[in-house]
Amino acid sequence: MLAQFVPDGTAPSPIQYLAADGALAEGVTPSMSDDEVRAGLRLMMLTRAFDTKAMSLQRQGRFGTFSQVTGQEASIVGSASALDPRIDWVVPQYRELPALLRQGLPLSSFMLYFMGNLAGSRIPDNVNILPIQISLAAQIPQAVGLAWGLQLQQTGGVVIVYFGDGASSEGDFHEACNLAGVLKAPVVFMLSNNGWAISTPRHKQSAATSLAARAPGYGFPGVVVDGNDLLAVHAVTSEAVARARAGEGPTLIESVTYRMGPHNTADDPTRYVVASELDAWKPLDPIARVQRHLTARGLWSDDQCQVVEAELSAEIEEALVVARAAPPPSASQLFDHVYADAPATMLRQRAARLGVTA
Amino acid sequence: MTATTNHADTPAFTETMTMIEAIRDALTLEMARDERVVVLGEDVGVLGGVFRATDGLQQRFGERRVIDTPLAEGVIIGAAVGLAVSGLIPVPELQFLGFGHQAFHQIGQQVARFRFRSQGRHPMPITIRSPFGGGVRTPELHSDAFEAMYTNTPGLKVVTPADAYDAKGMLLAAIRDPDPVLFLEPLRGYRLVSGEVPTGDYMVPLGRSNVVREGDDVTLIAYSAAVQMCMKAAGVLSSEHGVSAHVLDLRSLVPLDVEGLVAAVERTGRVVIVHEAPLTSGFGAELAATIQREAFYSLQVPIERVTAPDTPYPLGGTEDFYVPQISDVVRGVLTAMER
Ligand SMILES: Cc1ncc(C[n+]2csc(CCOP(=O)(O)OP(=O)(O)O)c2C)c(N)n1
Repeated sequence: MLAQFVPDGTAPSPIQYLAADGALAEGVTPSMSDDEVRAGLRLMMLTRAFDTKAMSLQRQGRFGTFSQVTGQEASIVGSASALDPRIDWVVPQYRELPALLRQGLPLSSFMLYFMGNLAGSRIPDNVNILPIQISLAAQIPQAVGLAWGLQLQQTGGVVIVYFGDGASSEGDFHEACNLAGVLKAPVVFMLSNNGWAISTPRHKQSAATSLAARAPGYGFPGVVVDGNDLLAVHAVTSEAVARARAGEGPTLIESVTYRMGPHNTADDPTRYVVASELDAWKPLDPIARVQRHLTARGLWSDDQCQVVEAELSAEIEEALVVARAAPPPSASQLFDHVYADAPATMLRQRAARLGVTA
Repeated sequence: MTATTNHADTPAFTETMTMIEAIRDALTLEMARDERVVVLGEDVGVLGGVFRATDGLQQRFGERRVIDTPLAEGVIIGAAVGLAVSGLIPVPELQFLGFGHQAFHQIGQQVARFRFRSQGRHPMPITIRSPFGGGVRTPELHSDAFEAMYTNTPGLKVVTPADAYDAKGMLLAAIRDPDPVLFLEPLRGYRLVSGEVPTGDYMVPLGRSNVVREGDDVTLIAYSAAVQMCMKAAGVLSSEHGVSAHVLDLRSLVPLDVEGLVAAVERTGRVVIVHEAPLTSGFGAELAATIQREAFYSLQVPIERVTAPDTPYPLGGTEDFYVPQISDVVRGVLTAMER
């Protein structure tokens, strides 16, 4: 065979710092301080608690279709925690609530969006995130452009863009990687490989043994990390961010994790997820792993856990109160922010809808 | 004023089916009849589609004919072109028409004009199925009614069944059509709309409209989910306003049943067109232009259009202000009546 580039058929084993029992691997030095780990744990626990709350609100008809983070908290929190929210940007898909919160988005704003209120679409001006992306992979070229812009203006900022294994099959992903490689754009491609794209399993998404192995094809490095390991995700992302900041270009991180719940509130995973696979992932829970790690070092206890859980549920209730206090959706909102300078035809439609004269 | 029986020629063996069941029934029947038919798309196999339109097909016809593709609309449609060239009859699914944008370079530039570009060598017997339209509180970017993007794409047929009988009969006609058909399914009607559907093989020809309610004062023209809304509005108009509405279900936008359209207009001389898409360049504009050209002298008043405003599809909380409601249709009719 004349081929020079052939798949070698082996998937690299994901980089791991914490074993499932919480023990730190030998010879590694965490990139997070103990305080940072505790802050990360708190954010992961908030996300988990919010998932439960959002699910019940959805069942009561008070929340729209919602995708939980459950199982993927370390992947999102570990990576987002490697950023400097003042200058760095998060470009999300839709399953990255804690990354948005860490950048400074109020939880109430996120809730408002999922309550179907357009006021929830307005991200405060000082919060460096783009809107949740529903159209899969559309955010990835945008993130490259944003990183390119930051590079041209020498802000020192870095962009991290999140997307799923499913989204990574879209042309937008490949086109974006290609451009980012050419430009050496300061962007980190964070591929959340949670095993599924709705019902489509990872192996049907791509014949590549590793999704990160696509990176060299675009001229930059790729890395596979244990996505349920807060410390490993943080270490790997920190390095990618440092590379980007230093002008060395993009990195593709494949974070190997697992979607522990349905795709979203409209999905019934029992139709396609094999129970044994789900069971195999249960002991790998990312939150329990950090808790075990901290407990073994005397930095965490059941009592503390209860205190934090109570604080978090109060925080969620508070955000809900704020969200519910927002003015209810109105017809006039349809016409706001469509144009800077609204065409007369649209203004006439507005007047007709609102029953006023234009 | 009588409500016409929708489908007078309904054969003896029928079952009550929802629209989604009727669509599944058509797919099953045609895959069994013609082994060239293949179904491809996101989550169409093991899951049976996010709305279960393809439920059971993979178990019955196997993974070679019912394919869960990687997540990429462009390659789903582009590959369908190649499958068609190879001699198969692809029935790709776009999970939501909102994501047709990701495939539009293949649909608009390729599928629609392959016959023309190859001067007849490569017909494109592809039926692209896709749910569209709003009213069910989907996440952002799922619910737009983008039909006019496609009706302005010569070479492509665009059909919009509104009930279960038509869904089955038109899907069978679409798959057997030698040309590409965009088969649009109303999200809102999937489970809400049901009716008597023949269990056997039948076709509803593409390009024939259907009078779903006879009336004398005003003609409502609609397609897809808007038909049900017009029927309800017609009920309100009759009981509360003494107005007798004639309701025309277009069923197919391309080809358009101009004769049926003209006859429906001539019946009352007052026309209200209803669709979920925005006003500007919506399909209603095409209908209005056709009507003024072909039935100008029977028009007693200017044509009314009841549509979404020229704004993006909003989040769920504002959806009911955006998508035309029964009350909007009633108001449009009363405007036409008062002139
Ligand atoms: C362009 C586009 N196509 C299809 C969909 C419908 N859809 C929503 S989520 C999803 C699966 C996404 O999988 P993945 O990218 O792996 O992310 P995950 O949900 O697993 O986090 C699909 C097909 C969409 N939102 N956008």
